[in-house]
Amino acid sequence: MIRQLFKFREMLLVIIIAILLAVFSTRSPGFATPGNLANIFNDTSILIILALGQMTVILTKSIDLSVAANVAFTGMAVGMLNAAHPELPLVLILIVALCIGAVLGAINGIFVWKLNIPSIVVTLGTLTIYRGMAFVLSGGAWVNAHQMTAPFLQTPRQLFLGLPILGWTAIVIVAVMYLVMSRTFLGRAIYASGGNPTAAVYAGIDVGRTRFFAFVISGTLAGLCGYLWVSRYAVAYVDIAAGFELDTVAACVIGGISTLGGIGSVAGAVLGALFLGVTKNALPVINISPFAQMAISGSVIIAAVIFNARQERRRGRIILRDRGASEQIEVAA
Amino acid sequence: MKLLKKLALGSAFAFAMLASQAYAADTVKIGLVVKSLGNGFFEAANKGAQEAAKELGGVEVIYTGPTSTTAEGQIEVINALIAQNVNAIAISANDPDAVIPALKKAMARGIKVISWDSAVAKDGRIMHLNPSSNELIGKMCLQLAADHLKDGKGDFAILSATTTSTNQNTWIEEMKKQLPNFPGLNLVTTVYGDDLSDKSYREAQGLLTSQPNVKVIVAPTTVGVLAASQAVADAKKIGDVYVTGLGLPSEMAGAIKSGATKEFAIWNPIDLGYSATQIAYRLVKGETDGAPGSEIAAGRMGKIKVGDNGEAAMADPFVYDAKNIDQFSKIF
Repeated sequence: MIRQLFKFREMLLVIIIAILLAVFSTRSPGFATPGNLANIFNDTSILIILALGQMTVILTKSIDLSVAANVAFTGMAVGMLNAAHPELPLVLILIVALCIGAVLGAINGIFVWKLNIPSIVVTLGTLTIYRGMAFVLSGGAWVNAHQMTAPFLQTPRQLFLGLPILGWTAIVIVAVMYLVMSRTFLGRAIYASGGNPTAAVYAGIDVGRTRFFAFVISGTLAGLCGYLWVSRYAVAYVDIAAGFELDTVAACVIGGISTLGGIGSVAGAVLGALFLGVTKNALPVINISPFAQMAISGSVIIAAVIFNARQERRRGRIILRDRGASEQIEVAA
Repeated sequence: MKLLKKLALGSAFAFAMLASQAYAADTVKIGLVVKSLGNGFFEAANKGAQEAAKELGGVEVIYTGPTSTTAEGQIEVINALIAQNVNAIAISANDPDAVIPALKKAMARGIKVISWDSAVAKDGRIMHLNPSSNELIGKMCLQLAADHLKDGKGDFAILSATTTSTNQNTWIEEMKKQLPNFPGLNLVTTVYGDDLSDKSYREAQGLLTSQPNVKVIVAPTTVGVLAASQAVADAKKIGDVYVTGLGLPSEMAGAIKSGATKEFAIWNPIDLGYSATQIAYRLVKGETDGAPGSEIAAGRMGKIKVGDNGEAAMADPFVYDAKNIDQFSKIF
């Protein structure tokens, strides 16, 4: 039974995170208290949501490097909207955030789907464009706490059963994503088009279209995070979430989502994000020199990846290859 | 009649063209290079630079910088400015040494190079304009910390930007040097938030949990002081732990209102951009050589004296609190 459990990478990650928590709490008592754990989860919520979006894209054998730029643009847009029109209800602002995010994601998706450009190139381009657009939109000015309305700032901080709404949002998104990935046609299509694009085409799945929807999901979640980020740190400026796209990729990789596509789970992405969240929150409190911190977080990520790479399932051989289908896949990838 | 009108128009147009060309040849082009675009502090400095340009006349200020705070980005920007044939470059450097080769190339072509705000090492510039003297800033930070503590006694911590940031490290060193002048004030630790809001927030949160004796967090950086204020507010420790440091009034207004900060300081970035532009202009016009010991006229800022190492100090930092925050938060 225990051996069976160990076969799941997710279970191993849970154990590793538990060990980390135990080690950290020996150095800083109070680190593993329920209150602080809730804090860490809350702090990691944004990363969890973004990692789930990134996971969706990576599963289809693509990558979305524009998520953080999307967060910055959407965050800036809703921040400015709130500052300019304080009378707008929060629900409307949330809808705007989701829509902007979805549109930015769809732009990535269209390029990947219709123009067959590799996703890494597309999103590397849009990464700069979206951040640049945030700059154009704001003219470089910041949106500061005193310009934002109280509901805009305070809603994600409201406690519900001991956890702020921000944390609950992450939990809801995790549940929704779990259902989407495991119970819907789109979810299965996402796995299929990354795992074996050739077979997916034979099964009647439009690989390009599936990738498009993966990017839309990732964009929508990034849009949501744009609002959450600005409200959490009570400031919107062009550089928010700079470099955060790499954290989302790292969370996915640590969580066992294969960069080759098709392998990975919602639980993996969540645990990968939590792993990063725990280390990020622990480093400041356990009195490690700030000069060593960056090196330590980097080493931890590499160690996790090496561990995961060893675990990675061997890929099956494709014995039947149809020329037409494989050509289409080649271009799409 | 028609022909005459056309001729008149044509000659007027030609004259205007000539005039504008002559104007262009006389225009002093000054490249104002900042650490990164989209930072309220530098936007305000640009305001001052434009003000100086208007006042001097015949000056075009090219406000530019990389989109993220990297030395590589600044080198590209400097090369672009050289290609645009600017007369002077005034830079706030992301790295004191990395930008030197590019700046030397500029100087070799007769471009006057000065640094302001964050210094370039001696070889790479004619002179450096400090917003204030580093001693004064260090003292101001300690004074702010003491003001927030009962009887000026207690523990405080510093939340800085990156571990390699030139001006941050100088100020922290100055604070440590002058600490004996503030008996009872005890520096517990220095943490680094990299000028990222999420990391600064987490570092501040870490301080709150791991250093319960720390009653004041001093952040000599605007992203840090904001993030720390938010972390204190979220931890419901307003009134128990205070945040102070260097920040812009518009950005800090919320923190003052929430009570996380009672007072903070900053020199006036508008004055800084203004003075840098004035100095660059005087250098281009040959009115001064910027050598140590010389005095440079800087319009409404009076005369700025160049000291050892070719460094000059502009003015004392200015303290903002609940009384004057509303007035200044509208300006910058």
